[in-house]
Amino acid sequence: MSYIKVSEKGFYGDFGGAYIPEMLHPNIAELKANYESIMADPVFEEEYHALLRDFVGRPTPLYLAERLSEKYGATIYLKREDLCHTGAHKVNNTVGQILLAQRLGKKKIIAETGAGQHGVATATVCALKGMECIIYMGEVDIARQRPNVERMKILGAEVRAATSGSKTLKDATNEAMRHWISHPEDTHYIIGSVVGPHPYPDMVARFQSVISEEIIRQLQEKEGINHPDMVIACVGGGSNAAGTYYHFADNEKVDLIAVEAAGMGITSGKSAATTALGTPGILHGSKTLLMQTKDGQVTEPHSISAGLDYPGIGPLHAHLFASGRGRFIAVEDEEAMKAGIDLSRMEGIIPAIETSHAFAVLDKIDDLKGKKVVINLSGRGDKDLDTYIKWGKY
Amino acid sequence: MQRIKKLLNEKDSDLLSVYYTAGFPNLEDTIPILRSLEKAGADLVEIGMPYSDPLADGPTIQDSSTQALNNGMHLQLLFKQLEGVRSEVTVPIILMGYLNPIIQFGMEAFCAKCAEVGVDGLILPDLPMEVYEEEFRPVFNKYGLFNIFLITPQTSEERIRAIDEMSEGFIYMVSTAGTTGARQGVREDQKAYFKRVEAMELSHPTLIGFGISDNQSFTEACKYSKGAIIGSAFIKHLSSEGADEASVQRFVDSIKQKSSSLN
Ligand SMILES: Cc1ncc(COP(=O)(O)O)c(C=O)c1O
Repeated sequence: MSYIKVSEKGFYGDFGGAYIPEMLHPNIAELKANYESIMADPVFEEEYHALLRDFVGRPTPLYLAERLSEKYGATIYLKREDLCHTGAHKVNNTVGQILLAQRLGKKKIIAETGAGQHGVATATVCALKGMECIIYMGEVDIARQRPNVERMKILGAEVRAATSGSKTLKDATNEAMRHWISHPEDTHYIIGSVVGPHPYPDMVARFQSVISEEIIRQLQEKEGINHPDMVIACVGGGSNAAGTYYHFADNEKVDLIAVEAAGMGITSGKSAATTALGTPGILHGSKTLLMQTKDGQVTEPHSISAGLDYPGIGPLHAHLFASGRGRFIAVEDEEAMKAGIDLSRMEGIIPAIETSHAFAVLDKIDDLKGKKVVINLSGRGDKDLDTYIKWGKY
Repeated sequence: MQRIKKLLNEKDSDLLSVYYTAGFPNLEDTIPILRSLEKAGADLVEIGMPYSDPLADGPTIQDSSTQALNNGMHLQLLFKQLEGVRSEVTVPIILMGYLNPIIQFGMEAFCAKCAEVGVDGLILPDLPMEVYEEEFRPVFNKYGLFNIFLITPQTSEERIRAIDEMSEGFIYMVSTAGTTGARQGVREDQKAYFKRVEAMELSHPTLIGFGISDNQSFTEACKYSKGAIIGSAFIKHLSSEGADEASVQRFVDSIKQKSSSLN
């Protein structure tokens, strides 16, 4: 049994599927019927990889973080997704999905965004391909990720505020799905993480799998090994983690560390630590773990990082958690902020606050010594300057 | 279930089904509104089970759901409110809502409760036909509940036929690509779609919903189907005109264009 391969019906173990209203059935069915053959087409593959190389700037470096390695007594490599064009891993997926949307004959693109990184990455590929672009973003996130909102607008996208619920990523996703229900014919919805109804989680994971594909090659060159002992990634919906784990998921010698946002603390009532607080249910068309009341109402999450401020995780991560294959650790706002500053001071890299969570976990793992570790540096911190400034402790 | 069958057998056309959200505008309004709707002449009543993330709903029903949840509505309470209701009302009752709260309640326990209080059918937009068939159909059958499926302008003929095959009672014909919400009038492309489905001569009647808001759209919809469903327009009416019996009567009259609406 593979941990990373999805079943015919879209399940990873008990999680996944497509619990969608009838209105979305034609779109999801169309995608399901075509995504594998489109992605397997050599012409598509060539176009995709050419764009990743010449537009995104791949392969991204695998950088040996010497001072960090010394501090923790391990060999720590950073996979530099922050050096992707637009500043995060999100663009790996949007480049793939825009090419796919073109092949499906779609004319317009919609997307949700939390941190704005996926929104920017989507607006960017829409500009590249001359497609109309609407981005849904929670009102709260519009305020805390201002630079990305302006970037989207400069790129020609329309940014629409989601004003319901907690006014964050979950609500932006609701609005994007409602938009798709109302515009079923000419529009493709570029979901930004490994969430949503099948086939999205699988499709997004495959587009992100270029991350671990490169890690394998680069570790071979630098260390002469086929796999690291441990890979670490933060999990919002779980796309950068899925890409980092992809080619290692079925190799039990590789420890998979997933870092969730504990917000102000797991028991504080202001948290986004889904595996710690969640139970099985249905969110955004997929059966997964989600934070909810006993009556099945979705709980409003909290994280200082907009990209992790989501009450669920992708079904493949729910499966990695439930099966025990992945190790899930939660990191609080304050710990993440400190880790972000540490990385800035020790390695000269200001990370996105989402990414900072992955670094904070180094202080929480007691079996690091002597290990070969890869941390996915999912994005850079330019968008988060306001949050760093407000936090102020540097 | 029998109540839906009986209604469909006895009444040929112009069925009016009215939707409202349980626990809205006030927590204790659920049963009085139900009573008033029956008295006012609604043929079917759909009670919405409020959910935090209603994907298929527009702003009006979203807001009513949020308010109902803030009022303290939840499934256990709804069933408690519905207890004994069958001694006073005979109108068919359909519960409409989303899968997650029901799964947390337990599908079998939920269906048993529905049967116990006299609910006749369910509309669950995010329960796809395939999942219903594989996982839940036997439970629905065991408790005598009709599952009402949706079709939309984008649903293929082949799929409409499959849904017809699986349906019991009636088919919910979504009038346009969109979420719930009051709209003005009925467009030509909608009429073409209504005619296309009418010409398929399905074995189950259709009721048209989404965007039906007044006498004009109701009358137009009824030309192509056995009746129509009104939700958002009624929610708006409850908000602005109140949820008392006279107000509900005025609303139903205005849809059926009876004289009291002119008062
Ligand atoms: C830099 C960065 N890392 C991580 C995430 C979290 O998303 P995911 O879990 O899908 O990688 C985001 C989301 O916005 C992000 O911008």
